[in-house]
Amino acid sequence: MSEKGPENQPVETSEPTEPTEPTEPTEETKAASDADRVPEASRWHLAMREITTGNALVAVLSVLLAMFFGSLMILFTDEDVRYGLSYFFARPSDTFYYAWEAISGAYVSLWRGAVFNDLGGTFTQQIKPITETLKFAAPLTLAGLGIGLTFRAGLFNIGGRGQMLLGGAAAAFVAVKLDLPMIVHLPLAILVGALVAALWGGIPGILKALTGAHEVIVTIMLNYVGYYLVFYALTRKSLLQAPGSGNPKSAPMPESAILPDLLGPKFNLHAGFLLAVLATFLVWWILNRSSLGYRFRAVGENPSAARAAGINVGVAYTSAFLISGALVGLAGVNQVLGSVTDGATSGLDAGIGFDAITVALLGRSRPFGILAAGILFGAFKSGGFFMQASEGIPVDIVLVIQSLIVLFLAAPPLVKAIFRLPTKEA
Amino acid sequence: MSTVDLPVNSEAPAVAERIPGLWKTPGVMAAFTVLVALLVLIRPRSGDSTFRWSRDGDWFTIPDISLPANGIVWTAVALCLLCTAYAAWNARAGRKTPLVLVSAFAVLAVSGFMSWAVAGKTLPVVGLLAGALALAVPLVFGALGGVLGERAGVVNIAIDGQLLFGAFGAAIAASLTGSPWVGLIAAMIAGMLVALLLGLFAITYWVEQVIVGVVLNVLVIGFTSFMFSQVLSENSAALNNPPHFPRLEIWVLSGIPVIGPIFFRQTVLVYMMYVAVFLVAWALYRSKWGLRVRAVGEHPKAADTVGINVIATRYRTVLLAGAIAGIGGATYTLVSVPSFGREMTGGAGYIALAAVIFGKWDPIKATLAALLFGFASNVESVLSVIGSPVPSQFMLMLPYVVTIFAVAGLVGNSRAPAADGVPYRKG
Repeated sequence: MSEKGPENQPVETSEPTEPTEPTEPTEETKAASDADRVPEASRWHLAMREITTGNALVAVLSVLLAMFFGSLMILFTDEDVRYGLSYFFARPSDTFYYAWEAISGAYVSLWRGAVFNDLGGTFTQQIKPITETLKFAAPLTLAGLGIGLTFRAGLFNIGGRGQMLLGGAAAAFVAVKLDLPMIVHLPLAILVGALVAALWGGIPGILKALTGAHEVIVTIMLNYVGYYLVFYALTRKSLLQAPGSGNPKSAPMPESAILPDLLGPKFNLHAGFLLAVLATFLVWWILNRSSLGYRFRAVGENPSAARAAGINVGVAYTSAFLISGALVGLAGVNQVLGSVTDGATSGLDAGIGFDAITVALLGRSRPFGILAAGILFGAFKSGGFFMQASEGIPVDIVLVIQSLIVLFLAAPPLVKAIFRLPTKEA
Repeated sequence: MSTVDLPVNSEAPAVAERIPGLWKTPGVMAAFTVLVALLVLIRPRSGDSTFRWSRDGDWFTIPDISLPANGIVWTAVALCLLCTAYAAWNARAGRKTPLVLVSAFAVLAVSGFMSWAVAGKTLPVVGLLAGALALAVPLVFGALGGVLGERAGVVNIAIDGQLLFGAFGAAIAASLTGSPWVGLIAAMIAGMLVALLLGLFAITYWVEQVIVGVVLNVLVIGFTSFMFSQVLSENSAALNNPPHFPRLEIWVLSGIPVIGPIFFRQTVLVYMMYVAVFLVAWALYRSKWGLRVRAVGEHPKAADTVGINVIATRYRTVLLAGAIAGIGGATYTLVSVPSFGREMTGGAGYIALAAVIFGKWDPIKATLAALLFGFASNVESVLSVIGSPVPSQFMLMLPYVVTIFAVAGLVGNSRAPAADGVPYRKG
């Protein structure tokens, strides 16, 4: 919470700023920069480095470790295993048999639900899981891109829920209230959704730029405000509520505003995934090729240095949040116009706004990393639902595995210590 | 908000330069005054607003007070205007708005709004405040935990996880043993477990603390929801049927009109809250231990130089903070709700976090901020029973809107502990 707003910092920023040499600073200079200089300037810098220095091996081991802990949870709660444990000393082999059954059953069904179902009768049924994975990956990637973008600018956007709700509700409003040909209707609904979410998402940026209000608090609060705003709209016939209904739910989306199926009516995969891939390229271009992205990264690395270099930090904060809001809003649009088209509800975000934080962290805030992380978490989600249906293991275990992966990834020394790998840092 | 960027007043250049955003507080006060005035202008109310002050069991009964609603609102608006004008005059002279004035303003604005909302009906003031206090208990414990952690330099976003895990532990332990006291201890241990993870990653492995906190919250939600569906829901009679703390009336004190029913007819957890607030505030500012905690949070290197073990101090403080937040979690399953449910805290930990920052990292002020949140949520439930002219969704979002205004306008000058969120690397 120690990040201060721009105007709270001293105006004169002629103090030595972070040198931008490409080599990694040694531990000594890192420690010195913590103690001697303004800590705010280097916090995110260090945090991002913590995440980015982990190598591929650590990533794989993190996933394995997380799955191991997930297995433990399955073991200790499995009926058969507990039954086997009750006579463990009489016949220990039973316990091990049941344990193997429980864990292999869980992970096999996770695989069947996420990638390839060898039990499916037809080829379509067999490959359906992978398309489901991509369907779930689309909103996670879109929202993850938005949140990752703010990370790169040194900001933290916990407001994904509110931005998704506002974006989804606005898109639903355009979809339900207007009657247009598809070629106009669908793009208009998507655009309006993104625009409304961008304006909503821009609020914390503007407040941070003008008053120094901490964006973590503001985005958390805006989640609740957005939720109740959308809930209000869903209870008013003049706004979103379906005619002739008492439920807080909008009418089903008309055909002309629904994202088209990509692989025909047999699969649920819709054009939202294309949107996510396009957005990935767009964000990559913004961050790595545009001057705006350069400013984001400069501000994210060191706001004082960026200010000294003539970058308007407040404008950078605001525009980062605007773009972030639009991207997260697209995730909401994707839900309303693509995945759940029978009407918008106040639960349309389905927790994706928070999941996306872990997606952005796992993807190390790099656009293509986020796409990969989104697909991985999409696979977990798709597989998790399948596992819940076939093995009776609650889908919540996916949350545990996901959060453990992110935690382990962020602490490579811990993973290396667990596996007794050599570490440079001692 | 446009007043923020006004050029520095020529009369007090030195002062205004030191305190940026001097005009924010009067600006926000003006905005709220206009809001209250707009309410009556757009929808004037007829009839009297009645305020009930007494409850059964008081020594003597204070009669209900009935006043014309519009009259009260306009009086409140006028007084609010006076406060705003005084604050503006202060800002012009280069002085900060005193906290007393802000508090007086808040009371006035709230009274104005309440009398507008309950026109023609009766508002049970005592019930409103007593309920607010009860609702605020988890928030206060959570905020105290947050203050302690951040004072030692560890940002704790995981308050929500600690509350939820505390509620979970309390429900199971109390159901198994049949004693709410065992449940309370289990809740403290559960909160400490989350704190231990926070410490492991934030203190030992230097992971960005905001990230650890957010991820820990997800972890606890996933774990408790998994256990809830997998274990608790099948054996709810044995595992999720906790006994509750009874309401304790404190001898003599509970009979005092107004004050008694609000403060002294509560459960033992509320009394523990009084003690905890006092103890934390006293220990942080008046004890050797508190001095060390604050030193570690402000300038860990200096603290290390004089022989304070920074890492150990941070661990101890974070664990203590986790235990305190765990008590807050116990409130859910041992007082308010019959049994544990999925994500039952509903993000209360995030509100507690807001209270920490709103309260400028001070235990007393953070407690007051948490009480404010409790009050705002109880206003909504009381008004929805009485029937209010405002759609309930807008009442529900009020505390969050007020927080945004407050964070943007009133707390802009606050300063976190200097080393808050910065891992300590020796060398």
